[in-house]
Amino acid sequence: MRSCYCFLSAVLVIALAFWAYRENYETQAAQARAIEVQQEIATARTRLRVLNAEWAYLNRPDRLRDLAEINFDRLGLLTLQPHQFGKISDVVYPLQPVQLTESFDIMEREQLP
Amino acid sequence: MIRKPLRPLASILRAREAGENPDEIERENIRARHEEMRDDARLRAESRLLILTVLFLFGFGVIGGRMGVLAQSEPSEPRADAAGAEIIAQRADIVDRQGRILATNFETHSLYAQPRQMVEPERTAEALVEIFPDLDVKRLKKDFTGKRKFLWVKKQLSPEQRQAVHDIGEPGLLFGPREMRLYPNGRLAAHVLGGSSFGREGVHAAEVIGVAGVEKYFDNRLRDPAEGHQPLTLSLDLSVQSAMERVLKGGMVLMNAKGAAAVLMDVHTGEVIALASLPDFDPNERPNPLVKGNPADSPLFNRAVQGVYELGSVFKPFTVAQALELNLVNPTTELDTKGPMRWGKYKIRDYRDNGPSLSVTDVLVKSSNIGTARMALMIGAPRQKQFLERFGFFKPTSLEIVEATGGAPLLPSKWSELSTMTISYGHGLSLSPLHIAAGFATLANGGHLVKPTLLRVPRHQQGPRVVSERAAEKTMKMMREVVAQGTATMARVEGYEIAGKTGTADKPKPSGGGYYKDKVISTFASVFPANDPQYVLVVALDEPVETSGSEPRRTAGWTAVPVSSEITRRVAPLLGLRPKIERKEIEAITLSAN
Repeated sequence: MRSCYCFLSAVLVIALAFWAYRENYETQAAQARAIEVQQEIATARTRLRVLNAEWAYLNRPDRLRDLAEINFDRLGLLTLQPHQFGKISDVVYPLQPVQLTESFDIMEREQLP
Repeated sequence: MIRKPLRPLASILRAREAGENPDEIERENIRARHEEMRDDARLRAESRLLILTVLFLFGFGVIGGRMGVLAQSEPSEPRADAAGAEIIAQRADIVDRQGRILATNFETHSLYAQPRQMVEPERTAEALVEIFPDLDVKRLKKDFTGKRKFLWVKKQLSPEQRQAVHDIGEPGLLFGPREMRLYPNGRLAAHVLGGSSFGREGVHAAEVIGVAGVEKYFDNRLRDPAEGHQPLTLSLDLSVQSAMERVLKGGMVLMNAKGAAAVLMDVHTGEVIALASLPDFDPNERPNPLVKGNPADSPLFNRAVQGVYELGSVFKPFTVAQALELNLVNPTTELDTKGPMRWGKYKIRDYRDNGPSLSVTDVLVKSSNIGTARMALMIGAPRQKQFLERFGFFKPTSLEIVEATGGAPLLPSKWSELSTMTISYGHGLSLSPLHIAAGFATLANGGHLVKPTLLRVPRHQQGPRVVSERAAEKTMKMMREVVAQGTATMARVEGYEIAGKTGTADKPKPSGGGYYKDKVISTFASVFPANDPQYVLVVALDEPVETSGSEPRRTAGWTAVPVSSEITRRVAPLLGLRPKIERKEIEAITLSAN
């Protein structure tokens, strides 16, 4: 009986030791990963700041105005004018959806000589 | 195992027959058996000793090996947990009311040199000058070959420059990380933002400190690590600011003015939506302050906040409001305007003769100095002084930029009857355009004091009452007449009702003693939309002259008013104000359904 106890406690000690060993290394690995992730976050934040700054720089009003002037032929952008405000009553109701079959008919008819 | 018997019968019988003692056989067998047992025991003991030796050797080996490993490896602190979030930025961003970036940080590098470590100092100096033409070769060579151990070469490098320096391959040239303050919009809102520079500098980092504007006023807040991730939100609107600056710049050139200032403010909250002063500067490369001459000529000078001027007739509405408040007059009361009005040895004149008498409304509409002076006489000096003090006209504005404290109003040393009269039409009391904007906002919102602020205010300010609502409303109504038929007819903007007052003030000579005949400050303070006042706009031009006519015109009606009306036309839609007009029919509307 005594030897049985001895044996069991020895097994228990080994099992606990193994568990503690594993926990220790898992914790260390987790810490290392956390540090890595934090470094990644820091790098990402730096990058984000640079990108935000670049976005702000590219969208600065002076540049947008120059671009609007250069591309006036294609875009026709003007500064916001008071008469561009619309009224809700000016908005038309959506048109009745055209029946698909009808439109096919029209298309077919148009294709006829 | 079969044990060999000690007295085997066959051997005993044979011994008895031979007459020998059989006990000897037994003894002999016992001896043999003992010998066997001894050999056995020795073998076992030896093997145990061997095992023990091996175990001990292994144990000591492990301990010795571990000690060796520990002695060889880098020491590292045992850690209880991973480090928390790092400080995100050295200095918080500044954004406008819609979150668009006005100032942010940028990571770059600085370049420093350790001449002791240099291999080829002369060649390095030449190579550096090729990359940075602004450096001086001789100076660098002297520094690199001399006794210096350390010197800064460049405070900020672009990545391309850094690579170029790296390619020189000189071990004595080293890089340190630097945070750089970047104002992506360049000159926009330069006077509000101010600028920044480096404080204490080390190889690994440098402090970024604000030197002017909000950067300096909120320096502690911006540098606080606890709030580093939270941008500072200003009340400015980037697109409104940009439109205003552009129109103002155009107006300044067109009117041949040497400077210009404009303030756009919310009349209820006191939020400054846009604030411009021209000439301006680029906060990324903030110029040095002037060391000689008039500091007001420097582009760093903020005319809207720091500049105090005798702004002239824009001040009249305050006199009118007080006269109405005290029930001394009503809008139709006739006042004697026969000029010139004599007071001791002084004469008060109007810009043009306004006949023998004018109603109070017409005094404002036609901007009669004499009429206003008569009202001031009715009010009297003590009451006038008290009234203006309530408006906050006696101390600098509380705007959150460091320059604001520099805009202290200039008051007359002795508040005589004459001062009362001149102050009533805006002479003898110097104020900044921002003071006027705050004053007009107070009149426009029904009489509550407004403190101009650069921060976003979520709610309306309900400041202490300064003027009665009745007086404020009547004054506003009169100012609508000024635009409808008075000195500011050019201020009319299609779709928006505007109320305002012009002011043309002769500039006082800096040496004292009199005013220039041909140098004026023309101002137009307006409120729009007049039926439901929301914004106040003050435009001031320094020494404008309009030369399209046969003779040069300097009055505000010809200079500041057109500029102001163009700003309103551009800015009001951006502020989301709907015009009150029938829209033009759009010529062709194509309806399409896909």
